[in-house]
Amino acid sequence: MALTVELEKKLGDFRLEVSFTAGEGETLALLGASGSGKSVTLRCIAGVERPDRGRVVLDGVTLFDSAAHINLPPQKRRVGYLFQNYALFPHMTAEENIAVCLRRLPKALRQARVMELLNLLGLSGTEHLLPGQLSGGQQQRAALARILASEPRAVLLDEPFAALDLSLRWTLEQSLRTVLAGFGGPVVWVSHDLGEVCRNCQRVCLLESGRSGSVCRMTDLLERPETVGAARLAGFRNLLPVQPGPAPETVFLPDWGLVLHTVTPWQEDTTTLGIRRVELAEGHDENAFFCRALEAVQDLNGMLVPLLPETGSPPPIWMELQKEVWQALPEKRRLYVRVRPEDLFLLR
Amino acid sequence: MDWFPLLNSIRIAALSTVIVFFLGIFAAYFIAKAPRVIKGLLDVILTLPLVLPPTVVGYLLLLVLGPKRVLGRWLLDTFGLRVTMTWQAGVFAAVAVSFPLMYRTARGAFESFDETLAHAGRTLGLSSTYIFWRVRMPVCRQGILAGTVLTFARALGEYGATSMLAGYTPGRTATISTAVYQLWRTGEDGLAFRWVLVNLSISAVVLLAVNLLERKGGAS
Repeated sequence: MALTVELEKKLGDFRLEVSFTAGEGETLALLGASGSGKSVTLRCIAGVERPDRGRVVLDGVTLFDSAAHINLPPQKRRVGYLFQNYALFPHMTAEENIAVCLRRLPKALRQARVMELLNLLGLSGTEHLLPGQLSGGQQQRAALARILASEPRAVLLDEPFAALDLSLRWTLEQSLRTVLAGFGGPVVWVSHDLGEVCRNCQRVCLLESGRSGSVCRMTDLLERPETVGAARLAGFRNLLPVQPGPAPETVFLPDWGLVLHTVTPWQEDTTTLGIRRVELAEGHDENAFFCRALEAVQDLNGMLVPLLPETGSPPPIWMELQKEVWQALPEKRRLYVRVRPEDLFLLR
Repeated sequence: MDWFPLLNSIRIAALSTVIVFFLGIFAAYFIAKAPRVIKGLLDVILTLPLVLPPTVVGYLLLLVLGPKRVLGRWLLDTFGLRVTMTWQAGVFAAVAVSFPLMYRTARGAFESFDETLAHAGRTLGLSSTYIFWRVRMPVCRQGILAGTVLTFARALGEYGATSMLAGYTPGRTATISTAVYQLWRTGEDGLAFRWVLVNLSISAVVLLAVNLLERKGGAS
């Protein structure tokens, strides 16, 4: 009872190669920058777009299999798809939008089910309003109610909060979480927001320019990123070209002329060093060095200080400091900083 | 006053509007989805009657529908339907001339239709027929309605192709527009003016009805 996806599709110069499995009752995140092929993947699963090769299996039912020439129409796939713009039918009221999926039920039963769904999603009172008269959040919930009415076996969410104000997202996210908890089937949640994924998904499939990596747990992605894309999504600001160092467990930063100690050994395919944190150094700390500091930038949680080597001007590395610490620094132009070996990640 | 031209005009306009409504919509629907080259080619062919002089359209129609021509003879042999110098010929003429108006407005409406609505409908299990009639058509109703009215108005006012294909036989093929011309030509100015007034009032009523419908559609 799961959703297994293996897809290949060529779109001009862009090549999509995705594979993952979402378990029963699992919310799997499909995480990637915009243009990485997330929406196309969902469209292929739902059947509104046809992949070149691969297969899609849901609950033991083959929805698509290029080798066996199976391609079920979307109507028979029972995959609920929450579109970014919700795709509510603009000429039908909220109630009618939901009832559309229940046409086969007798009228009394249909009415009861519509009301039940409206209540479940906190939409009672809006049943006679057209989508254009609903708020963005109400539209999203009406679209969800409509999906639930169609009794899907899997649900696909395409950036469910992309069209909403930031202030609305938090409340809606909680109500969406509640609804999904009651759903029970596999859910694929497309997003480019790490926080959103972190709060709502158990595992994550990373999509980088059309390629999906292995599916990993959310905490692994945050604590042990392995690729540049993963590190970028995990919020790494400092990603530097790197070469092997003179000794094992060391690396050389050509831009900085620096040798740094690492915890993990050099890998064949390492190209980039991710630095999670830079801090002020005292005395003879490991991996400590002098650098020039440029004008600091005010951020939400403190100051961001761009650092450059004493000679040369590669792209800066960024140090986060609390505002008070920064203001109390006697010397702001030349700093002595360090990076802990455990904050260094060798990325491919 | 003999009211036959009014009856005949409305009969021809109504029937051809119904025919063009379906023909135009289906042509628009399929051509909107067609590959670029085919789309361009078909578009030119289907829009041609709009830019050709109606007499040229009439001439071309006579080439295929004349009693001795391929299609004309077949219609005569199989259905006993003579499509020149009859009121039915007026329908053919009106259909040919007004078709591009329906086709182009409907195509414009379909092309601005948000295809995710159709995708959503399909993932929700709705049949393609249901999506077409209950989602696509209502969402595009403004354009479709405008096209239908233009078609009706054009069919009602059709003169050139009609006069060539159906001619002017009082009590058999006369329409308002051909009657106005014939009456004026034969010096019956007063009667011609009455028909002009009739035509003006029909057109005014139709346009008024459209405005009312549009306002109603916009408010709901």
